[in-house]
Amino acid sequence: MLDLAIVGGGPAGLTAGLYATRGGLKNVVMYEKGMPGGQITQSSEVENYPGVCKVVTGMELMECWPEQCMRFGLKHEMKEVKRVKKEKNFILELGNGETVKAKSVIVATGSTPKRAGFEGEDEFLGRGVSTCATCDGFFYKDKEVAVLGGGDTALEESLYLANICSKVYLIHRRDQFRAAPATVQRVKNNPKIEFILNAKVKKAYGNNMGLEGVIIDQQGKEIDLKVPGLFVFVGMNVNNSVLKQEDSSFLCEVNEWGEVIVDLKMRTNIPGLFAAGDIRVDASKQVVCAAADGATAALSAISFVRES
Amino acid sequence: MGKYVELNASNFDETIKNGVVMVDFWAPWCGPCRMIAPVIDELANEYEGKATIAKVNTDEEQDIAIRFGIRSIPTILFFKDGQLVDQMIGAASKDVFKQKLDALLG
Repeated sequence: MLDLAIVGGGPAGLTAGLYATRGGLKNVVMYEKGMPGGQITQSSEVENYPGVCKVVTGMELMECWPEQCMRFGLKHEMKEVKRVKKEKNFILELGNGETVKAKSVIVATGSTPKRAGFEGEDEFLGRGVSTCATCDGFFYKDKEVAVLGGGDTALEESLYLANICSKVYLIHRRDQFRAAPATVQRVKNNPKIEFILNAKVKKAYGNNMGLEGVIIDQQGKEIDLKVPGLFVFVGMNVNNSVLKQEDSSFLCEVNEWGEVIVDLKMRTNIPGLFAAGDIRVDASKQVVCAAADGATAALSAISFVRES
Repeated sequence: MGKYVELNASNFDETIKNGVVMVDFWAPWCGPCRMIAPVIDELANEYEGKATIAKVNTDEEQDIAIRFGIRSIPTILFFKDGQLVDQMIGAASKDVFKQKLDALLG
């Protein structure tokens, strides 16, 4: 039986593994279906991770995390966890049909980009509609693209795309931005970025080769924007499906958005079950916060395992 | 130990011509591509002699990417005897890739 199972290999899961193993837990496995790193590896620019003073890409930021975090015995298994259950101990059901028992579990499964909900979004996802500018921006070199959203990610990735594409239309449903003021100013100063404000995407259209354009509704006025690429950054949904039980209830308490309710020690209402990073209630959705949560959750897991 | 085949303009058609071939379109700057890289390595090993596991670096082989209308990576194409029979967009777990391969191997 595992002392601790960690579900997810982003900043929270990796840091939890580092602290748990360095803190003396012996049998600790982190489940992540591929190379650890998490969503931040899709970020084009990170300039607010303290201690990393150069501006780096998300991938550069995460480069040495797995090595450092596995230095004290953390094991990584490239298996997908389908469900976490609780009997006497915790039981993890894996994607390949296996089950694993654990004394404690830290859920650090993060979040996934939300769909905006316009017509044609799913049809053209991956064929013109994208949620990753660093992955797909390259396919639109010297072409015009649109970005949907008004938060930090939308604006930062607009700046990234403006370096590659001939023009970036930034579509936002309000005329004010939630993004950091410094980022908003950089976007406003960029001659390649054109704002389409108080507007939403009504429909994406195209042919069997992919997206050809989007129909925008700007306060009742329809705009036909002929762009082969639309990047959607309208927030995130938490990945809480591992906590869903057979009867579709959740293993522990979650709030109305499905975020896991924890206390300041990252404890859920189920003893031995902890949550860290984007999945928890009131998460700041920052790498530094996810890492800190992971450390806190690991320290709580160590106490739990020692006391039980 | 099996290894994936690195595809380029000169070996692409020859490689996909026979049997079951899985092709991962990737690029060095793509986070999700990097994430599935160790999964591709393991699949290449496990399916040695049964299916061909291959990769296209879209940064270097843009013509192949254009030919298949790739606009998002990772995109994974599955060929059987030269015919495109299935595709997936985005990172997935090893079990999902195995199910696709096993279904094609019949």
